[in-house]
Amino acid sequence: MDRRVSFDSNPHCLEAAPESPWDEGVAHRSFSPLIEESGPSPDGRGEALEMADLAEEEEEEEDEEEEEEEEGDRDNPAVLAGQSDNPGSSATRETNPLVRQRWSAATQRVLCSMPSRTMGQSQGAIISRYCSRSEQLRLRRQSQTSIRGSTRSARPSIRGYRMEVEPKGEEDKKEQLVTNLQSLVAADRVRMLRTMPVSMAEKSELRKLACSFKSGPSLSHREVSCHSRLKYCTTSALNACNSCLSFLQSLQLWQVALKRVSGRFGTGVLSYFLFLKTLLFFNALLFIITGLFLVIPQAANPPQHGTSNVSFTGLELLTGGGYFTHTVMFYGYYTNSITNTSYGGGAAVSRSTYSITLAYFFTIGVAFFITCIILVYSMSKSFGRSFRIYKSQGNLAVKVFCVWDFKVIKVSSVRLQSENICTQLKELLSEVNCREVEKSVAQRLARVAIHTLAWAVCLGSTLGCVLSVYYFSSHMHKDHQQVASSRTVSSLQWEARMLALPVMVSTINLLLPSLFNIVAWMEEYDSPSVRTHVAIFRNLLLKVSVLGVLCYHWLGRIAVDGQSLSLKCWESFVGQELYRFLLMDFIFTVLDTLIGEFLWKLFSQRVLRRKRKPVFDIARNVLDLIYGQTLAWLGVLFTPLLPAVQIIKLLLLFYMKKASLMVNCQAPRKPWRASQMSTLFITLLCFPSFLGAAVSVTYTMWTLKPSLECGPFRGFKTMFLSGKEWIEQLKETNPNLAWLTWVHISLVENPVFLFSVAGIFLIVTYFYTQVVDGQRKIISLLQEQIENEGQDKKFLISRLQEAHEQKRTVSPRRRQLRSSEDSSID
Amino acid sequence: MGNKQTIFTAQQLDAYQDCTFFTRKEIIRLFHRYRDLAPQLIPLDYTNKPDVKVPYELIGSMPELKENPFRQRIAEVFSEDGEGNMTLDDFLDMFSVLSEMAPKDLKAYYAFKIYDFNNDDYICKADLEKTLNKLTRNELSADESRMVCEKVIDEADLDNDGRLSLEDFQHMIVRAPDFLSTFHIRI
Repeated sequence: MDRRVSFDSNPHCLEAAPESPWDEGVAHRSFSPLIEESGPSPDGRGEALEMADLAEEEEEEEDEEEEEEEEGDRDNPAVLAGQSDNPGSSATRETNPLVRQRWSAATQRVLCSMPSRTMGQSQGAIISRYCSRSEQLRLRRQSQTSIRGSTRSARPSIRGYRMEVEPKGEEDKKEQLVTNLQSLVAADRVRMLRTMPVSMAEKSELRKLACSFKSGPSLSHREVSCHSRLKYCTTSALNACNSCLSFLQSLQLWQVALKRVSGRFGTGVLSYFLFLKTLLFFNALLFIITGLFLVIPQAANPPQHGTSNVSFTGLELLTGGGYFTHTVMFYGYYTNSITNTSYGGGAAVSRSTYSITLAYFFTIGVAFFITCIILVYSMSKSFGRSFRIYKSQGNLAVKVFCVWDFKVIKVSSVRLQSENICTQLKELLSEVNCREVEKSVAQRLARVAIHTLAWAVCLGSTLGCVLSVYYFSSHMHKDHQQVASSRTVSSLQWEARMLALPVMVSTINLLLPSLFNIVAWMEEYDSPSVRTHVAIFRNLLLKVSVLGVLCYHWLGRIAVDGQSLSLKCWESFVGQELYRFLLMDFIFTVLDTLIGEFLWKLFSQRVLRRKRKPVFDIARNVLDLIYGQTLAWLGVLFTPLLPAVQIIKLLLLFYMKKASLMVNCQAPRKPWRASQMSTLFITLLCFPSFLGAAVSVTYTMWTLKPSLECGPFRGFKTMFLSGKEWIEQLKETNPNLAWLTWVHISLVENPVFLFSVAGIFLIVTYFYTQVVDGQRKIISLLQEQIENEGQDKKFLISRLQEAHEQKRTVSPRRRQLRSSEDSSID
Repeated sequence: MGNKQTIFTAQQLDAYQDCTFFTRKEIIRLFHRYRDLAPQLIPLDYTNKPDVKVPYELIGSMPELKENPFRQRIAEVFSEDGEGNMTLDDFLDMFSVLSEMAPKDLKAYYAFKIYDFNNDDYICKADLEKTLNKLTRNELSADESRMVCEKVIDEADLDNDGRLSLEDFQHMIVRAPDFLSTFHIRI
């Protein structure tokens, strides 16, 4: 009964889609292929047996079954002979007495119409389920006690379904659902409609019914009462917000490009590009904030003191010095305050001052605060999505159903994906079969030894590199001091020499991860995810230590000792350093992508004679992105335009990486848990990266003395004191705002308050962890309860069957007796 | 938001917007994708709700679905007539469920329907074997296939009836954080 005729005249398509051995359109009642295929299974399961019996029985009782069909209910008569053992118990494997054969028609009728069998199939069942759901939502919104007395016989369900005891008619249910929908807020109603698994026609009908009642026959606003008008205003405001957000979402930057990447390489590689897009968004936000409040006001009012007459040479783009030093790009350009000249024509001439100092202070603070909030929010959302309650059990089932990546659309990638899945399943099967291969002591020792050696190599090389950066930076520092005092080298030459440290750090960042990969290649890990995590950890350790040493060099040496370097403006110098580092990182990434990956592809194909192209290393590339973003965050204080540089860098990087990907790489072979990895990456972005940058900036603002001759904080002892001074000034200039000063002194500066806030925060966190623990226990209890219910069901069915059979054997006997009595009477 | 389009009435667009996860712009773009499948068949004016269906062969030849081994089941599940011939409503519904914004429950429901080849509202062993064959292009041997099916039912079947009901399936999907990202087609 093959209903499908393939129309594809394209032979390529025909050969790409293999014919399934199973007929597509075979009616569901034919179990004969299953019976033929599965012989008696080794562990004595009788599944096949009862399926076979069912098939025979079906042919006999087809007439009766046709009566039972209601509403297109195509449920098979139940085979409740669940003789598969409980996953928990492995002790007794007795052949289940329920592996029996003939259920009577009455039993089957009962089984057919059980609520669990009809849930989710027919329209009516779905409507009744959503009826109860919308009822719950309505009650919750009305803030009545939602912990109603759920009847003791209600089926326990994790999602809180409630099965009605008395079945209502379908029409009643539908009316009730419509009533519930009407009483919900528009946003809730839309959300409920969208998540209902019914066809579009049904949904639009429900929507029409739900909405029509509300608005009435005519939509004239004059007839609308005041209360409804208020509701209308609020809902339209909410709609405007929603449309704003959806506009931002649907900016669809790089939509086509991302689709091509995901179509060919799958979700894993796509996550790198999505991460890049996220970083772009963060930088755009930073740039808008600093641009609006800092750069534009200062650029519109250039400082009075004469700028140096340095001409523009091309080297500035690399070093950030020279011409750029006295532009709006670096901290040194900014002045103490700006006086905006008069506005308002005519006699009244008012002046207003825009204090750059305060703007700088608050802009940086607010920008970091907003970034922190957004990061923590997206991290928690991502974590919630990828949180796994159970660990190792259930790998195979999840793998079968969740592994196929529907985004992949290219023929070769689809084929590759099928091969990968096949390999993974075979590996899992072999793991299951030969469960614990007892390794000998020698093998285990050898493994431990190799691991120790690998770790020693990695840690040793990291330490070596960090020390070399430290000594080289102190050497450069001394060099700089010498040059500053003797002035023998021309400034241009000197600035070219400043590129040495960035080049060295970028080289380390390029070469050492490759070394780690080579070392990891000889190690043996339990699972691919452990391997990925170890690689990420090693790489991260390297980057964090290098950045730590550099921060010490900048903030601990240069900032403190600026005089010895005859630097008028150490902040500008640090800003230039960060600019150089960012740029060098970009140049090295470009070189690596364009030349390195291409060469590696040639090498692996020609020399190593591998048939496939190399694989895109997602973890390493994402860590590079995080490193670049850390530099950008570190530098915002000293270089307000650094986010703009980072934006340009990310844009160029996207296109370059995509091009290189298409040419040089192929889809990954190993499984990549996209959502868990994305959570890990955004956590890494938040914790070491953003936190480190925020701590450095806070340290700078709190402790370090700003330079005397440049920048908006000149004259203050620390940058932070500017804010304090402003608060005190406020008290004098504007006595109305005295309470603000009082608030500031008693709250922000009072250590007791801060400690108590931190204490409360910790208590709340502890409380929530206990709640999560309790919920986990409830989940395991509920699972047990489900299994027990299954046992109860089996018990009841078998009793029902026995009772029915007794009656059946009794009644023919009675009939016989009666007939014999009658005959004997006669 | 100028109402320059003449394909749908405003009410129709509102209804589509409320019933799917798409915005107005995306709905119109999807309409043009739908129409491009069969330009002679689909009129440009949908204001009087014409009853046209695009046959399965054309749906299955869309680049997003062409190489997908489950394309036939997807089309059958989302089509009104169960045969894969889709109206515009079905088309929008399908891509709405398969879009990024659809919640896990909704996707799990339809994924269950897709993997249930014989439409008996249970994923039995036969369905599982068909799924495996489609996933691996018949590269698993019969023995391996059988073992995988048994183990899957073992792991996921909670009420021990030998096959997976919708509840079993949804319970298992809760454990799979990747499901949301893999059960997703970009259009």
